[in-house]
Amino acid sequence: MVQNVEQKAGRYGKFGGQFVPETLMTALIELEAAYEEAIADPAFNEEVEYYLKDFVGRETALFFAERLTKAAGGAKIYLKREDLNHTGAHKINNAIGQALLAMRMGKKRIVAETGAGQHGVATATACALFGLECIVFMGKEDVRRQELNVFRMELLGAKVVSVDQGAGTLKDAVNEALRYWVANVEDTHYILGSALGPHPFPRIVRDFQRVIGVETRKQIMEKEGRLPDAVVACIGGGSNSIGMFHPFIEDEGVALYGVEAAGSGIETGLHAAAIAGGKEGVLHGAKMYILQDEDGFIQEAHSISAGLDYPAVGPEHCHLHDIGRVTYTSVTDAGALEGLQLLAKTEGIIPALESSHAVHYAVELAGKMQEDEIVVICLSGRGDKDVQTVRDALGGVTND
Amino acid sequence: MTKKVLENAIRTCVERGDQAFVPYMMAGDGGIGTLKEQILFLQQAGVTAIELGIPFSDPVADGPVIQQAGARALAQGVTLRKVLKELRLFRDEVKVPLVLMLYLNPILRMGITEFVEECEASGIAGLIVPDLPLEESGLLRDELGHTDIALIQLVSLTSSPERIQKITAAGEGFIYAVTVNGITGVRSGFGDQLETHLEQLKAVSPVPVLAGFGISTPEQVRSIGAFADGVIVGSAIVDAFHRNDLATVEALVKASKKEIVS
Repeated sequence: MVQNVEQKAGRYGKFGGQFVPETLMTALIELEAAYEEAIADPAFNEEVEYYLKDFVGRETALFFAERLTKAAGGAKIYLKREDLNHTGAHKINNAIGQALLAMRMGKKRIVAETGAGQHGVATATACALFGLECIVFMGKEDVRRQELNVFRMELLGAKVVSVDQGAGTLKDAVNEALRYWVANVEDTHYILGSALGPHPFPRIVRDFQRVIGVETRKQIMEKEGRLPDAVVACIGGGSNSIGMFHPFIEDEGVALYGVEAAGSGIETGLHAAAIAGGKEGVLHGAKMYILQDEDGFIQEAHSISAGLDYPAVGPEHCHLHDIGRVTYTSVTDAGALEGLQLLAKTEGIIPALESSHAVHYAVELAGKMQEDEIVVICLSGRGDKDVQTVRDALGGVTND
Repeated sequence: MTKKVLENAIRTCVERGDQAFVPYMMAGDGGIGTLKEQILFLQQAGVTAIELGIPFSDPVADGPVIQQAGARALAQGVTLRKVLKELRLFRDEVKVPLVLMLYLNPILRMGITEFVEECEASGIAGLIVPDLPLEESGLLRDELGHTDIALIQLVSLTSSPERIQKITAAGEGFIYAVTVNGITGVRSGFGDQLETHLEQLKAVSPVPVLAGFGISTPEQVRSIGAFADGVIVGSAIVDAFHRNDLATVEALVKASKKEIVS
C-alpha cells in the first residue's frame, strides 16, 4: 500500500527526482541504502517507537471537538492533537526518526533548515537527546518573527545561523542548509523537515510522519466504528498533511483536503499557494509545483505563518493533485486568524497559525455536511509560538 | 560540426604545451551591455573557452562571490532569454567556444526544445547544469542529441569509482572535476587526495578533464592544472571584473601558458 503513489524510486507521477549537485549524489545513494536497511530492521523500528512513546508522548489524542462542531453546524469534528507532542508540533516525529538514522550511519553532526522554528526546535531537541552537534539555518526575517524559537534552539545547544540572502525566509534557509551539507557531507546528515527535497527525503519524511494517519485511523475506528468522511490538513511543504493522508489514500470514501496558505489572497499575488498559483519546475532537488515568474526565477512566498511560507509543495502532493485524489484549497491570513480564535474560544486550544488554516477550512466544510458525517482536522502544532504575531495582526483586539 | 568543438579546443591547447584555461563570468554583472566587452576581452587574453553563468534566484551550488554577482545581474533585469538574444548580436566575433552554466528551472520554464534552438542560434558549444546529475540528464540529453552542443558532466571528490566510470562514459566536451566538497568560491588549500583523484579521472575519461571550484591564484592555476588538462576559474574572475581589475584576469590566464624559457 505504501507503494501506491510512488511508481518508481523517488518519482510521484512526473514529480520528485534527484536534481542536486554531483557532490550530494553519493550521500543520497548512501542515505537511501541506509534507510532501506534500517526500516527492514525490527530493532530500528522498536527504537523509533520507544522514543515516540516515552519521549515525544505518543500516541496523541483524537479529540471530539463538541463546541467547535456546534459552531460549525454540521459534521462532527475531531482534532488529531499533534500539538500535544513534545516541542509542540508534528515535526518531532521526523526529527527523532532521522536523528536515529543519522546515528546509525555514523554521522556526528546534523544540519537543518527551519521556517517557523518548529522543525529547528524539534531537530535541536533530538540532537540534545542523542548528543549530536546541531546547526540550524533560518532566514533573517523568520529569526525576527520567531525570536523566542531561536533562543529555544540555543538553549537546546544548537547553533542558529541567520540567512540574509533573498527575502530571508524558509526557501533561503533551505538553500544555505544545502550549501552547508555539500561542504560537510562526509560527517553531516541533513534532517530535512518537510516532505520535499531530493529523493529519498520526501519518502523518509512521509514515512516518519505516517504515524499521524495510522493512529487517526485506529482511533476513529475505536470511537466511531468507521472511517471519517473527510480529513483536512494544512500544507506548506506538506509534511503533516502527507503523514495524515497517506494511510487513507486507498480509502475512496475518505475525502482528503490540503489547505494552502493564500496569504493576502491568491489574486493579490502575495501568497504561498503553489498548487493554486504555481507552475511545474525544479527547486531544492525535486520537480514540484513552484511559485515562479516567466523567466523561471523562484518567487517569494507570503503568509502570516512562517511554517507555510515556502514557494513550492512536496512532490507527492503535486501528484495527488494531478490524479485528483486530494483536493487542494486555500485559506487567507485573515481566515487563519479567524480559525485560530474560534478554536481558542470554543475548545480552549490555541492552534499554530499553520494549523489554523486547516481549522478555518474544516469549519466551513463541516457546515455544509450532515450531522452524521465526520471530519478530522490535523492539528499539526500549538500556537504558543504565534501569540506575538497574532497580537500584532489583531492590533491587540480579538474578534467576538 | 560535431559535439567535439569544445574538446578539440582543449586538446589543441594541451598539445601546444599549455593548460586549458576556462574563466567563468556572470553574464550581465554590470548590465547586459558588459557581456560583449567581457567576452571579447577574455578571448583576446587567450582563454580556451568561456563559461558564462546565467543569474538565478536560488543558486545552491554557488558561494558568496558568484551569488552576489548573480544578484547584481538579476537587479539589472538579466535573464536567460536576454543573454541568448544579446549573444546572437556578436556571435560572429566570438571565436572561442561558449559554455552556459545555468540552473535547470529557467530551462524548464522556457521549454527544453525552445532553449536548445535558442542555444544553437547563439552559438553555444556546451552546457553545465549543476543541478542535473547523470541520473536526470536524459531530460536534456535527448533534445541535445542532434546538435553540436556538449552536455558537460561534473565529477566530485565524493563520486564513487563506479559513478566515475558511468559519468565519464557519458562525458561530452570535458569532465568538470569539482576540486572541493562545497560550493564555488576562493580557497587557500586543497585536500591531499586531489592529485590522485585528478590523475585517476584523467586515466578513465575519454574527454579532457578540467579542475574547478576554489582555484583563485596563478600558483593554483599552475599547480592544479598540472594534474588535469586545465582549470576553470570562477569567483576570482568574477571578483576581478567587478573591481575592474583586468590585470588580475590577465595574470590568471597567463599562468596557464607554457613558460617561455629564453
